[in-house]
Order: sequence, then C-alpha cells, then structure tokens
Amino acid sequence: MSAYLIRRILQAALILLGVSFITFTLLYLVPADPARQIAGRSATAQTVENIREQLGLNLPFYEQYWRYLTNLLQGDFGRSYLQKSEVGELIAARLPASLLLMVSAIFTELVFGVLIGVVAAIKRDSWLDKVLMVLSFVGVSAPQFVVGILLLYVFAVQLQWFPIGGYGTFAHLVLPSLTLGVLGAGWYSRMMRSSLIDVLTQDYIRTAKAKGMPSVRVIFRHALPNAFLPIIAMIGIDIGFFMSGIVVVESVFGWPGIGQLAWQAIQRIDIPIIMGVTLVSACAIVLGNLVADLVAPFVDPRIKLK
Amino acid sequence: MKLKNRLFAGVAACALMLGGTTAFANDHTGGAITVSYKDDVSTLDPAIGYDWQNWSMIKSLFDGLMDYAPGTTDLVTDLATSYAISDDGMTYTFKLKPGVKFHNGREMTAADVKFTLDRVVNPTTQSPGAGFFAAIDGFDAASAGEADGLSGVEAVDEMTVKISLSRPDATFLHVMALNFAHVVPKEVVEEHGADFGKHPVGTGAYKMTDWTLGQHVIFERNTDYHIDGLPKLDQITFEVGQEPIVALLRLERGEIDIAGDGIPPAKFLEVMGNPDLQANIVEGSQLHTGYITLNTQMEPFDNLKVRQAVNMAVNKDRIVRIINGRAVPANQPLPPLMPGYDEDYEGFNFDPDAAKALLAEAGFADGFTTELYVANTDPQPRIAQAIQQDLANIGIKAEIKSLAQANVIAAGGEKDQAPMIWSGGMAWIADFPDPSNFYGPILGCGGAVPGGWNWSWYCNAEIDERAIAADAMADPSQAEARIEAWKKIFTDIQDEAAWVPVFNEQRFTIRSSRLAGPEGIFVDPVHIPVHYDHVYISE
Repeated sequence: MSAYLIRRILQAALILLGVSFITFTLLYLVPADPARQIAGRSATAQTVENIREQLGLNLPFYEQYWRYLTNLLQGDFGRSYLQKSEVGELIAARLPASLLLMVSAIFTELVFGVLIGVVAAIKRDSWLDKVLMVLSFVGVSAPQFVVGILLLYVFAVQLQWFPIGGYGTFAHLVLPSLTLGVLGAGWYSRMMRSSLIDVLTQDYIRTAKAKGMPSVRVIFRHALPNAFLPIIAMIGIDIGFFMSGIVVVESVFGWPGIGQLAWQAIQRIDIPIIMGVTLVSACAIVLGNLVADLVAPFVDPRIKLK
Repeated sequence: MKLKNRLFAGVAACALMLGGTTAFANDHTGGAITVSYKDDVSTLDPAIGYDWQNWSMIKSLFDGLMDYAPGTTDLVTDLATSYAISDDGMTYTFKLKPGVKFHNGREMTAADVKFTLDRVVNPTTQSPGAGFFAAIDGFDAASAGEADGLSGVEAVDEMTVKISLSRPDATFLHVMALNFAHVVPKEVVEEHGADFGKHPVGTGAYKMTDWTLGQHVIFERNTDYHIDGLPKLDQITFEVGQEPIVALLRLERGEIDIAGDGIPPAKFLEVMGNPDLQANIVEGSQLHTGYITLNTQMEPFDNLKVRQAVNMAVNKDRIVRIINGRAVPANQPLPPLMPGYDEDYEGFNFDPDAAKALLAEAGFADGFTTELYVANTDPQPRIAQAIQQDLANIGIKAEIKSLAQANVIAAGGEKDQAPMIWSGGMAWIADFPDPSNFYGPILGCGGAVPGGWNWSWYCNAEIDERAIAADAMADPSQAEARIEAWKKIFTDIQDEAAWVPVFNEQRFTIRSSRLAGPEGIFVDPVHIPVHYDHVYISE
C-alpha cells in the first residue's frame, strides 16, 4: 500500500511538472507582451523596459521557467500582472466557494443520479425506465448555460424563491448546485443503471434471490455496493472537474469560485493567474483520481493496490 | 517671480454648483447603495489603477491637487486652495488646503505631495501613468532610477508645493488632476508596499473598510472629509462577479443600484424600449472616438488619395445602427465633448462614387486587396464586416483578421504588419479633457514607434512642431488661442486622412429609481462611470 502510494505521488509530481512546462511554454508563446500590458497605453518605452527587466521577462525562456519552478516549490505562485495581488492569495480566497459548490453539486448528482439509476435498473425496459433515461439524456445534453439561465429565470426572477446570483447564504447555493447536479445526475443515472443491471445478472444475486431474500435487501445489501464502483471513480473525476472551475455556472450565478477567476484571467491574459489556476486544477484532478483509487478497495475488497 | 492666483476656475465651478442645480447643495443624506461589476477590482492604488472600473473608485478614496467640477470637464482646485503659474510657465506653486486628513487621521502636508509624485515616477512602482509627469524637472533621472525623486518637486513649507518644469506644459494642471497624482500617505505605502492597492488610505470622500477578494469591496463615508456635505451616502458596496445581464435583472428587482458594466448590448434595445426603465437611464457623451487606422507607411495607404477614398467609402450611419445607436457618427479625430472639436469641419462625407473616382485617380481603378484587423469580441467583427462590405463597393477586397485584442494591439505596434485596424474595443479615450491627450500617443511621431499606439504610423514633423508650440502656451490668457491651434492641428491631420473617424460612443448608465443627483454625475466624463461622492438616495 505505502509503496503504491509513493509511486502514485511520484507519478503525480511528474504529471504536474509536465503540466507546468506545457502551460508555461504555451503562455510564453502567446503574442501578448505582459510588460506592455502592465505599463498601459501611455507608458514610455523606458517604463516598459524597466518593467520587463523587473519581472525577468527579458530572460531566456529556460531561465524564466526555472525561476517560476523554484518559486513554485517554495509556495510562491507569483504575482498577478493585472490584479496586482499574489496569485496564491487570489486562489486561496476562491477555494472555499469552489469547494462548497463542489461538495454540494456532487451530493446533488449522487442523490438524483443514484436514485434514478436504481429505479431505472429495477424497472428495466418499463415505460418508467424509458422516461427516466430520456430525462437523463436531456440532462447529459443540455448546456449548463441554458439550464442555469432557465433555473435563474424561473426560480429567482419569476417566482423569486432564490436570490439572483451571488454568494453567502444557503439560498445562494441552491440554484448553482441544482444546475450542476441535474446535469451531472444524467451521467450518474446512466452509469448506475448499466452497472446495476450488470450486477443483477450475477450468480450471487440469483443465489440470494433463490434463498428467498427480500428484493429490497438483495438490491441494497448485495447489488448496490458492487454496482457503486464506477460511481466512485466518477466522483474522483468530478472532484478534479469541479475544482478546475465551472466557468459557465460560476459566471451565470456570480459564484466567486476558481472558474470565475480563471475566466477573468484568460480574458485579460493575466499569465500568472492562468498558470496558478491550471496547476491547482491539475493538482485537484490528480488528487481526485488518487483518492478514488484509494477508496475503491474498501468498497470492493477484490481490488488490490499494487 | 510674479504670482497670479488662478482661482477663477474654482469660483466658476462653485457658481455652477450652487446656481446650476440645487442638488449639489444637498447635505449628507445617508443610506447605502450597491454597485455591481463583472470583474474583480484590480487595485485601488492611484499610482497603478488604470481601468474603467477602478478609475472613479480611486477618485472617491483619494484626492489630487486639482479635480473637475462634477459632471463637467472644467478644472477646479481640490486639495489645493490656489495655485500660481510663473510668467514663463515653468513653475507651478500650489497652496494646500489646511486641515485635510488622511483616513488614518494624519494631516496631509506638502511632503505627502512630493512623496506621491516621486513614487509615481519611481520605476519600481511600475506606474502606467509615470509618463504623464515627463515635463517635471528631473523626470529622466527619477524614472530611470538614477535619482531618489523628482528634483523639480519641492515642499517649500508644510502647505506649499513648488513644481518646476523642464518645458512649458499647458496640460500640467490636468496632469495634476489625474489619479496618478492623487496624494498618498508615505507611512501606509511603506507599511503595505506593493499591496498598498489592497489597503488604500487617502483623503477621499470615502474610505475602504472591507475587501473580500472575488466578492465585494465596501466603502464607508469619511466623516472627516474636507468638503462639507460630501459624500452624501454612508456606504457603497461594490459587488463583483456579476454578469451584466444578471446585474440588470437584479437592478430591475431593486437589489442593486448601479449596473457598473452598463446595459448589456444584447438587452439594449429591450431596455431602451421599456417605458418603466426610461427614468432610470442617463445618456452622456464621453471623450471617445472609434476609428479605422490606415497605415501610412504601407502600400497602398501611403497614397493620400487612397486614404481619402476609404474615408468616403465607409457608411458610418450604418455602423452606428449596428450598435443600436449607442454612438454618433464622427468626422474628425476629436470627440465633440473635447475642447478643440471643430463643429464647422465637414470632413469626408459618405460618397462611394467619389471614392471610386479617387481610387481610379490614385491608380487603383480595379481596387486592391488588403487586410482589416479587428478584435474578436462582439460587436467588433460585425462592424468589421460592414466596413468590409463598404470597401467592396468601391473595389477594395479587405480580408478580416479577427484576433484577440492583445494580438491586434501587438500588430498595430509593428510598422509593416496591419494595413488597417478597426479600433473597436481598444479605441482612444482621453485620460484628461485636453486635445493634447488625443495627439501624442496616437497621431504624433512619438507614438509611431514599435509597440506604440499610433497604428496609422502617421508622422508629420511640421504638425509635431505645432503641437509642441501649442502645449507651450501655458499662460491662461493664451488658453483660447491654444485651443484654436489644436483645432486646426486636428482638422489638418484629418485632411491627410490617416484615420477614418467612425463614431463617438455615448455612455448609458442605468441606475435604480431611488438614486438621485444631477444627471451629469451618472455619466461623468472624468469620474468614469459615476461620480460617487455626489450620488444620494431620494427616498
């Protein structure tokens, strides 16, 4: 187990190094001059040159990258060109909102997705199964922007049950979580259904049924835990996905998460923020997957970590 | 040195404030308002902040020696009680208002003014406004980091600042009204270093009491403010992260008071057509011109007749319609609000037949192929398509290069890269209301350098000399002659057709029904977008 963990952590470090190199290279190649951006349109050539020198932008690529990397290892993500703040501070300020939305959205996905998936699997090929699968298909295909605006319009503008965007109270959390949850539930329900159908055809389920065990107990005691494995892997992926920022939903609902920060930085080509957010996202994806892999053996003892 | 008091501007402004509208005479009324923005506030450091959003926020936190009468472009004194200009126009002496306190309770003195100016030109500050102070003696050494400060700025005594220039500069009082010259306290700047912009302390009408990154910034009334009766509100909350379309919905529901990013283009017609919202919309001019640059160093735009033909080919009325009438067609570089705008100048009228004839005269009877650079955000590509069609009508095939804004700016700064650029989204908006600010960087030889903003690469040495001579007319008695000189400079430039001036954008501010104040402060040409100090709640 510990050897496995060490190997995975080393792999993760390599992945992050690769991500940092690729992102740094791409941003280096963007034909925008950060010194000129900072200096503004009225700056003299000397001011631009001073800024370039102070930020080390006149150094060769490999020196700039090395500088970034060594600072990063000391926990320094650099300073935003346009927000004029430490990138670490900017990301840290938005982490709580992102985490809250992530937990809440995953919870919503799970509740709706598992419930729909189980019902559809049990009632396989019935009209209920078909209706639920059509609905889940709609959930999978509907753009977040459309669903977000729709929920906002109906529940916040027309019915006025919830605030129109913002952050701070439980009421603010409901609509963005629902938007993400409803859409994510589409994936979860389809996966849950096929996984459960697969498990329900296994011999041990037939045996349990033959022993006269009640159906509810068969499903919840024997089938569900075994059908749940792909869902756990999916949660791992979702953690990374949500932590890398849910740009559209965060923009629609004015949710102050990492996605919003990334979107603002991309629009203004604020390179240190883009780098910082990319690395934090990559970290979250790697960690999410690692956690999912570590949890799997507890759910299914047949899985051994090697 | 013979000193002349220059209080007339202040007196005139006071007369305007007292006589023009009773609203300005209202005392503090209290209450709190909410302003929403899409993007996070970048910085509130007056030496650094240089965008739409923080410009008037900084003006409410800090003060300069000079300011403008609310809602106008008229210079008035602010932290200065008076100023005097030497006969040769080379020395400005400011008397400071006594008893003005920073938000930390310390009294502001002349040493703070000197510290502020030294700081803004210091290269380690990385101020985008350092170049505005180039006329001050000792600028070169200070901005190169070779001197500790500006030798031309002297704190004569606690309440007197003397500034010596290396050349006469008629715009100098405007420069002293820029945010970059707003006075900061040394001890707070030194305490927070590069993070002063997150911990701003000034002498302004409001003080910042909370900044939660990504969520909001809160301003509260400065009870020690040096102007009686101001500010009128107790608190302003600037919420960030709200899409303009969501902000509009919240405004209609009464949750916010000002949509800082304005009316979203997609909703403009609907909002303007909604009778319930008419009273909430304020329209005003701004110091803006949108233009097409024609690169005078590249063929075939090095030919005057070709440039004139293009000027005649573009249907500006149609372009204004494309942006739902949010602008007025332009015929010269200066916007109508700018002193020096020539109302009698006709420019080049829309006449495709005459344009075709001119092209033929220039030797391009069959037209030619060229490129039109444009920023890739709506509505700019749609405007570029309209220009493309207009050019096609006279035989010019323009290929549209729709790129990210930073890339268009980079292309414009290369001498032989962009034959034509539609400036939309990047067009020039004056830093201060003086025609000089519309020349140097965008039409003068100084701006026609790699990385510069003179994208038509127009450089006329004779015009440059006239511009320098106009800016040397620093004596207020020459003000009228100076504006006349600038008027002629701009119409002469337009005769050479380095630009196609397309339109001057109008500003539309939407506010909640409970907000009141003279309309001018909601579309203030200098305190952009809103002069918060004078806003009050009517209920």
